[in-house]
Amino acid sequence: MTRFWPLLAFALLCVFLYIGLFRDPREIPSPLIGKPAPSYQLPTLEGEGKTLTQEDLKGQVTLINVFASWCVSCRDEHPVLTAFLKTRPTQVIGLDYKDTRAEAKKWLDEMGNPYQAILFDAEGRVGIDFGVYGVPETFVIDRHGVIRYKATGPLTSETLQKVIRPLLDRLDQEPSS
Amino acid sequence: MKRMAWIFAFFFTLGLASAEEAQPLSAHPKTEARMMTLANVLRCLVCQNQTLADSHADLAVDLRRQISEMIEAGQSDDDIKAYMVARYGDFVLYDPPMKPTTVLLWVGPFLLVLLGLGLLIRTRRESGDTPRRSIENDALERARRALLEDQKPQ
Repeated sequence: MTRFWPLLAFALLCVFLYIGLFRDPREIPSPLIGKPAPSYQLPTLEGEGKTLTQEDLKGQVTLINVFASWCVSCRDEHPVLTAFLKTRPTQVIGLDYKDTRAEAKKWLDEMGNPYQAILFDAEGRVGIDFGVYGVPETFVIDRHGVIRYKATGPLTSETLQKVIRPLLDRLDQEPSS
Repeated sequence: MKRMAWIFAFFFTLGLASAEEAQPLSAHPKTEARMMTLANVLRCLVCQNQTLADSHADLAVDLRRQISEMIEAGQSDDDIKAYMVARYGDFVLYDPPMKPTTVLLWVGPFLLVLLGLGLLIRTRRESGDTPRRSIENDALERARRALLEDQKPQ
């Protein structure tokens, strides 16, 4: 038996390395999950002096999608997200991160605008409060304003269907008070 | 020869131009120094093997500005670290704290050393217990017996 120990140890190492192949080392577990979304007060992209705060989103399960016109992988994500929202209508708020109004509006004209409202975060300060480090990012926020899930990087239809859809369905079932 | 000197001078100045460090963000050298010490122990989230101080990523520049502002607002180093951890997790600290989720990180190497030592001692002991049987030993044994036979009175 003793002579098989090294083989066993090697097999175990292989298992760990194999699992490691399918994990994303860049993905950092967000400490914000399970905590209330950070408070903010931001102008909307449309301007006109309108501002929104976290209180305006309470009462409904909400997706916050962080995007920017300069972000290349947002171009990949945008049609996928838009298609998903057609099959599963959800309140979705855009957070335009470190962008200019003109560029963002041009980008949305071209790509389509699925958002009910867009927060305009020119300096990226609200982005920092949300722990944003790789645009696009998406947060799922429940009725009480608590962050329940965060995706970093472009959403794929697989993540949307297998993770986000069931989560949205479950959160919709939760009592509102 | 003169041309060579010109070429040297050209490349030398090029080197000087690219050796420029990240732009200081604060007007106060004291704040700047404290910010850099802090930025040296915080990890950049974008290029994950660089410190906030080394990184030129947009987010790193923003976070350095944020740190400077917090210093000028009179916040302590611990406040600033707590601010970063609240947003990005323990991952931002190059020196992560000891807590249930990081215990393995801290004691793992020592456990592995202990395991290795245990295995070493065990294998040493096992090979010591069994008498060595080899061709030389057998030959020695036969020779010894032959010698004893010889010494026997006929």
